[in-house]
Amino acid sequence: MPEPFLELVDISKSYPGVVALDHVGLAVSPGEVIALIGENGAGKSTLMRVLGGVVEPSGGTIRVDGAERSALTVAEAIAAGIAFVHQELNLFDNLDVAGNVFIGREPVHGGPLRLIDRKALYARTQPLLDRLGTDFAPDALLADLSLAQRQLVEIMKALSLEARLVIMDEPTSSLTLSETDRLMRVIAGLKADGVSIIFITHRLNEVMQCADRAVVLRDGRMVGALTRAELSPAAMIRLMIGRDLKSLYVPPAAPPGEAVLDIVEAVTDTYPERPVSLSLRRGEILGLAGLVGSGRTELARVIFGVDPLRGGVIRLEGDPIRVASPRAAIDHGIYLIPEDRKGCGLLLDVSIAENISLPDLSSYLRFFLVNTAQETENARTQRERLKIRAPDVGTTVGSLSGGNQQKVVLAKWLSMRPKVLIFDEPTRGVDVGAKQEIYEMLRRLADAGVAILMISSDMEEVIGVSDRIAVMHEGAISGFLDRSQFSEHNVLQLAVGHAVEMRVP
Amino acid sequence: MNKKDLSLLVLILVVGAVVAFINPRFLYVGNLSNTLNQVGMFGIFSIAEAFVIIIGGIELSVGSVIALLGVIFIDLIVNHDVNWVIAVAAVIAGGLVIGLVHGALVTRMHIQPFVVTLCGLLIYRGAARYYTEDATAGFGFGASFPTLEWLTAGRTNVLGFPLPHSVIALVIVAGVAWVLLHRSVFGRYLYAVGKNEEAARYSGIRSERVMISAYVICGGLTAFAAILFAMYTRSISPAVHGSFYELYAIAAAVLGGCSLRGGEGSIIGVVLGTVLLQVLQNLVNLLGIPSSLNFAVMGAVILIGVLADQYLVQRRHHVSPAKGRGQTSVAAAPLERVKVE
Repeated sequence: MPEPFLELVDISKSYPGVVALDHVGLAVSPGEVIALIGENGAGKSTLMRVLGGVVEPSGGTIRVDGAERSALTVAEAIAAGIAFVHQELNLFDNLDVAGNVFIGREPVHGGPLRLIDRKALYARTQPLLDRLGTDFAPDALLADLSLAQRQLVEIMKALSLEARLVIMDEPTSSLTLSETDRLMRVIAGLKADGVSIIFITHRLNEVMQCADRAVVLRDGRMVGALTRAELSPAAMIRLMIGRDLKSLYVPPAAPPGEAVLDIVEAVTDTYPERPVSLSLRRGEILGLAGLVGSGRTELARVIFGVDPLRGGVIRLEGDPIRVASPRAAIDHGIYLIPEDRKGCGLLLDVSIAENISLPDLSSYLRFFLVNTAQETENARTQRERLKIRAPDVGTTVGSLSGGNQQKVVLAKWLSMRPKVLIFDEPTRGVDVGAKQEIYEMLRRLADAGVAILMISSDMEEVIGVSDRIAVMHEGAISGFLDRSQFSEHNVLQLAVGHAVEMRVP
Repeated sequence: MNKKDLSLLVLILVVGAVVAFINPRFLYVGNLSNTLNQVGMFGIFSIAEAFVIIIGGIELSVGSVIALLGVIFIDLIVNHDVNWVIAVAAVIAGGLVIGLVHGALVTRMHIQPFVVTLCGLLIYRGAARYYTEDATAGFGFGASFPTLEWLTAGRTNVLGFPLPHSVIALVIVAGVAWVLLHRSVFGRYLYAVGKNEEAARYSGIRSERVMISAYVICGGLTAFAAILFAMYTRSISPAVHGSFYELYAIAAAVLGGCSLRGGEGSIIGVVLGTVLLQVLQNLVNLLGIPSSLNFAVMGAVILIGVLADQYLVQRRHHVSPAKGRGQTSVAAAPLERVKVE
């Protein structure tokens, strides 16, 4: 192993009342892939911000190429070859790929006019594209690229800055399986070129796939480092939460009942020629797997009345219903926990209590006015029930962690009487502990007679939580799997449109 | 009353005290009564504007609507001998319809509110001028509507102070608006839609209806203000009547804590904002500042006010980690976010 070029020694960072980092050490050698894992709030992001020069540590030293200093500035971090690929990409929709890669560093000509030298711009972008093996041109408009392609643009930007270390913050959280695969290949390519990678992730199978070692943080402390040989999901989870995680799957209390929601030949705007049929049964968790863009979210939006149903019938307990708006769906007892929690699920700078009561305000009426006492009381009940960790129900939702925010979205619907619950990526950006609590809640709801549809791109989740899996491919259902047929292989086969060999794996 | 409203009140008192110190005429009963009358009329359409700003919209046609509905109102009762009760009802209905059209254009046709109401500003102003053939509309000699005049432009002696009826109207409007915005379900929906329309829709709120209602309320209240102005001025030259009033309304709303991004603002703040603007107007007159500087003074004070507010917010933010000491149990997660902001 070559000498480390970057070393963090005894880094601490405390904010009044909270220790975010407690004597954490980390050394990065050229061409090394390090996975940084830990629950939300464990200090991963703070540590990376120290590396990026955004946060000044309260103690410890940073050694870059042997030179010691107590903190980095952003400029020093860039000069040291440290580049960030953020979870929320910092790119410009209205520029092309080359314009994004060289933003602020555009080659110019024309003397004092400083006109952009487009030829040079494209010529300098092309080698980067070749290096990553991308399928788009330097003059492709960013707005036309998929999320995964945009991420590659961000990586190109890092490479154009001669980065020696690329830090990726949950790079795969919104990627499809095949896109994730490609990213893993890109990471391997960078590694071969001697570029080091630190990636933060919640997906342990990716760590297994590409990391040389894993560093685990918990409550601001480094609780363990696993070498390649020691890596296993069980070991990682044990370190992350400090205890063993039980096997995910909890079987239902009773066999599934009759169909609650029947979707017959439903047609969406996105895939007008591919009608979808499926039924949700009482007490059953139906996992809906498939690649991103296979039409799962579109189906959810149609059932919930966000988008219009272009054909087919939706039947609730046998009766055909018309769902023209989310209001209508909610009145029928069909609720959606949307994928985009911050954009669609919550009012971020509004209190927990007001978020919870929002869909059902009319039942808090007292002489036409909102009964805030009742509202607070109900919110408190839900907070207990879902173990929402917040000082008070008056806390604004935006200050909560991802897992607790998701619980607030859930609490909105649990205060009412759900018949059908649709979860779209229920645990995206949610830490391991809260994930487990959400899974337990799913099972309890199902056992209480709710029909559940769970859209998920997380393979562990689909296989570990569902009672039955439906897989979508290009807008249509490509197959159903019973528990006996569950395997990563079978789900993937259906997701890419192949048939499944019907053997018990 | 929140902190922001309180600091606005302090600002008003300070400005008032300074003006009174330099020119004691500020506190004369006649002057106060006149200033209050202005507050009453301006306050009503400022509250109207606030409804639209809270849902994240903007209404630029307020002044033109006041001119158009004003000339129609006078024309109805003076030239067409329409009973004033019916005329009032007709004008208010006209305001509601204008609001409905604006709301429908914004929500159904997805045109930006700035564009819709900018077109409204031009159209209604033109319509008002065409309606009277650019002549001044007014009450003829001897025309008298005692009840209507008493109701709209009259004053009642309260403990020796001639309280203008427009102020009483403002108090009623503000009271109802306060309950509606800050206590009712509909108010919650207005704020929710203003904060995040998508999330509101996913929570089952019929956000389009809520938005249209805000424009309709705005139109109705503006029409009411138009009647008060018509009865106060008694003659309307349609080219200038009510011009720039939309900017007074927006200024009052912003001073009162409304964010132009929507989802924020309080009724008390809007009323206080109106008071401040009118006190400033009065200050220009009383301190012998050339009246041509009128707008410049107002602009400068608003700018300073907003800057001071921003400064205070930043300072509060700076101090806040110390306040968080009691919340260590929340784990470190929120902290990471604090750093981003």
